[in-house]
Amino acid sequence: MIPEIGQFSLVLALFVALAQGTVPLIGAVRGWGDWMALAGTAANVQFLLVIAAFACLTQAYVVSDFSVANVAHNSHTLKPLLYKISGVWGNHEGSMVLWVSILALFGLAVAQFGDNLPPSLRARVLAIQGLIGAAFLAFILFTSNPFLRLDPAPLEGRGLNPILQDPGLAFHPPFLYLGYVGFSMAFSFAVAALIEGRVDPAWARWVRPWTLAAWCALTVGIALGSWWAYYELGWGGWWFWDPVENASFIPWLVGTALLHSAIVVEKRDALKSWTVLLAILAFSMSLLGTFLVRSGVLTSVHTFASDPERGVFILGLLLLVIGGSLTLYAIRAPALKGGGLFAPVSREGALVFNNLMLTTAAAVVLLGTLYPLILDAVGGGKVSVGTPFYNATFVPLMIPVLLACTVGAMLTWKRADISGVLGRLKLAFTGVMIVIVTAGYILGITELLAALGFGVAAWLVLGSAVELGDRIGLLRLSPGAALRRAVGLPRAAWGMAIAHGAVGIMVAGITASTAFRTESIQLMRPGEDITVAGYNLRFDGATAIRGPNYTAARGLFTVRKNGEIVTILTPEKRQYPAEGSNTTEAGIRTTIAGDLYAVLGERASNGAWSTRIYFNPLVAWIWAGAILMAVGGMVSLTDRRYRVGAPKPAQSRPAKPAPDTAEA
Amino acid sequence: MTRKERRIYFILIGLATLSTAVALVMTAFEDNIVYFHSPTDIATRTDLQKDRRLRLGGLVKQGSWQKESDGLTHTFFVTDTAHDIRVAYKGIMPDLFREGQGVVMEGRLQQDGSFRADEVLAKHDENYMPKEVADSLRKAGMWKGADKN
Repeated sequence: MIPEIGQFSLVLALFVALAQGTVPLIGAVRGWGDWMALAGTAANVQFLLVIAAFACLTQAYVVSDFSVANVAHNSHTLKPLLYKISGVWGNHEGSMVLWVSILALFGLAVAQFGDNLPPSLRARVLAIQGLIGAAFLAFILFTSNPFLRLDPAPLEGRGLNPILQDPGLAFHPPFLYLGYVGFSMAFSFAVAALIEGRVDPAWARWVRPWTLAAWCALTVGIALGSWWAYYELGWGGWWFWDPVENASFIPWLVGTALLHSAIVVEKRDALKSWTVLLAILAFSMSLLGTFLVRSGVLTSVHTFASDPERGVFILGLLLLVIGGSLTLYAIRAPALKGGGLFAPVSREGALVFNNLMLTTAAAVVLLGTLYPLILDAVGGGKVSVGTPFYNATFVPLMIPVLLACTVGAMLTWKRADISGVLGRLKLAFTGVMIVIVTAGYILGITELLAALGFGVAAWLVLGSAVELGDRIGLLRLSPGAALRRAVGLPRAAWGMAIAHGAVGIMVAGITASTAFRTESIQLMRPGEDITVAGYNLRFDGATAIRGPNYTAARGLFTVRKNGEIVTILTPEKRQYPAEGSNTTEAGIRTTIAGDLYAVLGERASNGAWSTRIYFNPLVAWIWAGAILMAVGGMVSLTDRRYRVGAPKPAQSRPAKPAPDTAEA
Repeated sequence: MTRKERRIYFILIGLATLSTAVALVMTAFEDNIVYFHSPTDIATRTDLQKDRRLRLGGLVKQGSWQKESDGLTHTFFVTDTAHDIRVAYKGIMPDLFREGQGVVMEGRLQQDGSFRADEVLAKHDENYMPKEVADSLRKAGMWKGADKN
């Protein structure tokens, strides 16, 4: 009964979404207030219906209702509750329900908080959201129904792919989707603005926080996925330039560009049509990512099932959304007149540079991802594009952005004094030189590239610190005055400094873990020991253990440093009988200096085990940096201009006594 | 600076960025693309360079999986049923490596015609057949499975 309620809710939601997508658009053209007002009501109702469907599906998973095909194929009674729930989105159909649920949540947010938007803009934004929702609901109902029944119901489910049974991965899809779908807000605002023919700072003041929130979620989602790959796959790597990873990384790059260009629209009323284009592209890339991952053109852990019908549907949707919005853009964008003029060396100029490089980098990653598919389609042979390609293309494009980032953040709007800014960065520059020379001295001249990598990292961290210190007058004013200015500094300025510094932390982690990873593979008999990166690991044998839904061999490594026991690592090799598959659980000891990472391999005939030990220096900095970037974004979100939220210029910026109100 | 000048500036910078990117991509494609080959390709084609990394995919031949005396080097034959190629890989096999199943490896061809893999690509579930392998088996006329994986 409950699954039928869920199905019925989805059908109703489709009709509501169709109404939401059409009636307000007509109302906005004709100026009919009540037709426009329908958008808000419809968004509220749609949210309730979709959430009801989501709850019904979750209920089926929690009680293990195997008469629902989706549950029978992807769940098992012995699974812990957390993985029963995360199993809801651990499959194609359920993940699509999660997708539309998040979409409906964003629609609800506009309906609830959008009172201060011009009524026609609000109606149009909600209508575009409604159309996207209708498309995805139709996709679910016609190709991927999660509530299909099985008759007779099997007694036991087939279980969830064991490598997906993991806390890190339980939350990876929701965050990723919050990001992907969050960009739909920027998209809807962009399309609505094109229809209205008007983009102004008030528009950007709406788009920017949504983009920022989506970007934060996407950052966390990608970081979770990378962290999961690191500890669950047992290869010790954290990013593989796998097409599926790229599918989430391309929208992130475009979203990052959008985040920065929206600032220019908001502050300076310039770069309007470019920002609208980026908003369209960010969501288009999200859709493309969904298509690549869900259609089965790429085979990976994410491809739950490859059904050509679904691929064709998403491809059609993709062409409609991208083609339609770009056509609208081509017709309407020339009408968007640019505002403030600026010199090439200025804050605007720096942000343009950031945008150019980020979008070029996104294009390069997109090309590397699609090239094998295109080549195969035209019969040009089967190829794979891997890490060396991206090292040779993506990295050189990123370095100028990272170097310019620190300088750009200190430039003034309109026209900037570059020598003055460089003068103020003297301290940071000195620090960078010390880091490079020290690193070069310790690591040797052969590791010059790594030393320069650490230099870039230091440049970002120190540059952000100097910028922040400069703003609050750390060395110029008394500590008390500096503290008061620090408290009074706009949150957006804090957010920017945190996020830029976080990129530096990440660069340090990437450099160290790429250049100085130690790896050792060997056979070990119980009692034997091995020394890796200063740690002595003694293998104390492996024992059989039993988990809730698996059995495992658990290896025991006693780890000593300078003769003292620092930890015991227990890597496991698990067998999941329900799913008929194995997983590797690495034993990891994380410290600031690096991760000691042990993997248990197979048992050899003489009682020895093959083992693999890694030391990954500074690897935790990568995820710490990513999380800190998201924290920076969230700090920026709490800026008072968003909390006050009034897009009416007269009220948005009350006169403040603080002399330094330049915001990021 | 007028609007027009500004626009020209941006277009020039944009073109410069784009051409840098194109140059980077072209050189990277030249050197860094890894081609996929079936055992038949490797056995019959003479134009394959020995010093280039490539991917080899096929089925792990039944009964061929052995370990060498060091206990770490795995050897097995990969087949597309028409030809077999001997593969050596030192390391720990992915969890789902089995005889009779599809596998994709990356590595280099040796002088003696065998293949030294430095990476055995993990498959994520036991029913999964790598697309490249399915295609090459279909070419050899032996793949009877459905088109869906």
